[in-house]
Amino acid sequence: MNLMMLLEMAAEGMGERTAVVCDAERWSQAELFAGAGRIAARVRESGVERVGLLDVSSPAVPLALFGSAWAGRPFVPLNYRLSGPELDALIERVKPVLLVTDADRAGKLGGRDGVEVIEREAFLALARGTAPTPERDWSMEPEDVAIWLFTSGTTGTPKAALLRQRHLVSYILGSVEFMSADEADAALVSVPPYHIAGMAAVLSSIYSGRRIVQLPAFSPEGWLETAERERVTNAFVVPTMLARVVEALEAGGGKAPGALRALAYGGGKMPLPVIERVMRLMGHLDLTNAYGLTETSSTIAVLGPEDHREAAASDDPAVRRRLASVGRPLPGVEVEIRDPEGKPLPAGGRGEICVRGEQVSGEYLGRASRVGADGWFPTNDGGFLDEGGYLFLEGRIDDVIVRGGENLSPGEIEDVLLDHPAVADVAVVGVPDVEWGEAVAAAVVLKAGATASADELQDWVRKHLRSSRVPQRIRFELELPYNETGKLLRRKVREVLDPS
Amino acid sequence: MATLKAGSRLKSAVCGTQVMVIAAPAGDLELTCGGAAMVEATASAAGGSIDPEHKNGTQIGKRYVNEDATLELLCTKPGEGSLAVAGTPLKLKEAKALPSSD
Repeated sequence: MNLMMLLEMAAEGMGERTAVVCDAERWSQAELFAGAGRIAARVRESGVERVGLLDVSSPAVPLALFGSAWAGRPFVPLNYRLSGPELDALIERVKPVLLVTDADRAGKLGGRDGVEVIEREAFLALARGTAPTPERDWSMEPEDVAIWLFTSGTTGTPKAALLRQRHLVSYILGSVEFMSADEADAALVSVPPYHIAGMAAVLSSIYSGRRIVQLPAFSPEGWLETAERERVTNAFVVPTMLARVVEALEAGGGKAPGALRALAYGGGKMPLPVIERVMRLMGHLDLTNAYGLTETSSTIAVLGPEDHREAAASDDPAVRRRLASVGRPLPGVEVEIRDPEGKPLPAGGRGEICVRGEQVSGEYLGRASRVGADGWFPTNDGGFLDEGGYLFLEGRIDDVIVRGGENLSPGEIEDVLLDHPAVADVAVVGVPDVEWGEAVAAAVVLKAGATASADELQDWVRKHLRSSRVPQRIRFELELPYNETGKLLRRKVREVLDPS
Repeated sequence: MATLKAGSRLKSAVCGTQVMVIAAPAGDLELTCGGAAMVEATASAAGGSIDPEHKNGTQIGKRYVNEDATLELLCTKPGEGSLAVAGTPLKLKEAKALPSSD
């Protein structure tokens, strides 16, 4: 198995279709295939062990991804927001490497041992060039590593998740039908290449025959303008992006892009009010909530368009709350909730989300695989399944607050506070406490113009949950710390709530 | 016919069909396309003609399975012959409609 096989099929079955568009750059599927071959030849010639990319989205991303697969080297997209010692440390781990980057960085990164730098424009010119495409000699070994993806490191040193050819090929074959997209379909990709959703978007779009429209730097205005200009039909966004698009639409009275048909979101907890606003503003859209992890080759569960409509229209609270779920597992993916002893829990039981399937890697560079002998991978995400098999997320297991021996889920308390009419956003964390070991503390962002006292919010929680859940400390903030892909940085919230 | 291994590629000896093995049972299988035994993708062309009994064609991107779905093949290049194990035609695996999540 090799990702190149997917591109080869696309190039042969629909070679004339446009595969990727970025500003004025356009590449057909056949051109992308030939380009990947030229990149593979260059990679082999240079003798490096990996191909890195420290850059925003451009056609260099699919070219480097497939070129690496052809050459049999892992592709390593790096976070271009990093700099200084953090970036240096990652580059040290990746070398010897052929590193694709922009002109500005190329100057700064040159001259290091084991780091061969190539500017994006030179890389694209090479792929466009006249050199013959090499023999189709890529390895079909399923165990070859296709991608190293550094986790965001919100809790410590980034770990490199290893995604093997078999994980990614299984994900695509299990979730995408070949050439199922209409020739006019286009997917707007605004997530960065170093995010698993960015990699998945490239692969599924190529295989389904959907044109990839790249947006190198996200802004809500740029997103709306590009979607309209390129007649975008599908898009994936992380929660912060969607919230900003909704705000821009509401503020400017602008309208949703004319051709947009399907909007998928994921990569973090999506506040229910944002979804309800999206459904009001763009009720005709097919909405999909996707849940997945880097270590599971992207999506493992989806709340599809029908689920959204059914939940929104239902009077049954159990069905209605599914709007806040991440839906049901993909075919070929099993999900189980387990207690701390590893025993599976029945519907409604809260515990750790565990997952099993061909696309699940659960493996990091230099560490033992976290996949058990029985094939199950503990995600470290907490949650529960309802009677209908819908999966609800409740934050990371590591974030659980242990107060006087009782385990409290921050998500449960956050959901209650978010229901308060004055609350716009909230993060609940545990802080050290002499009496209880850990105490519940909350950072609260109020809606513009709204007021609420700490006492009032404590009473609100007491009315809805057991008294142990009531935040002992509440601090009002203007905004909460999120990283650029919408992940809440709980470590920073803790620092604010517990200055000691 | 040798045993099949997930990830390996085979081609038809008598038409353009190529497949990749997604899943295979242990043991030897008599896998044919167009009525002739399939060969390694790297083997040189053998020639011969398609058995009219096995001429329903293969489609690129479609998956084919045997009766108990222990064997699953992905068609990576289409051809005029059709796939069979020990003379029994493989079936087209029904595609499930999933919403695009990326």
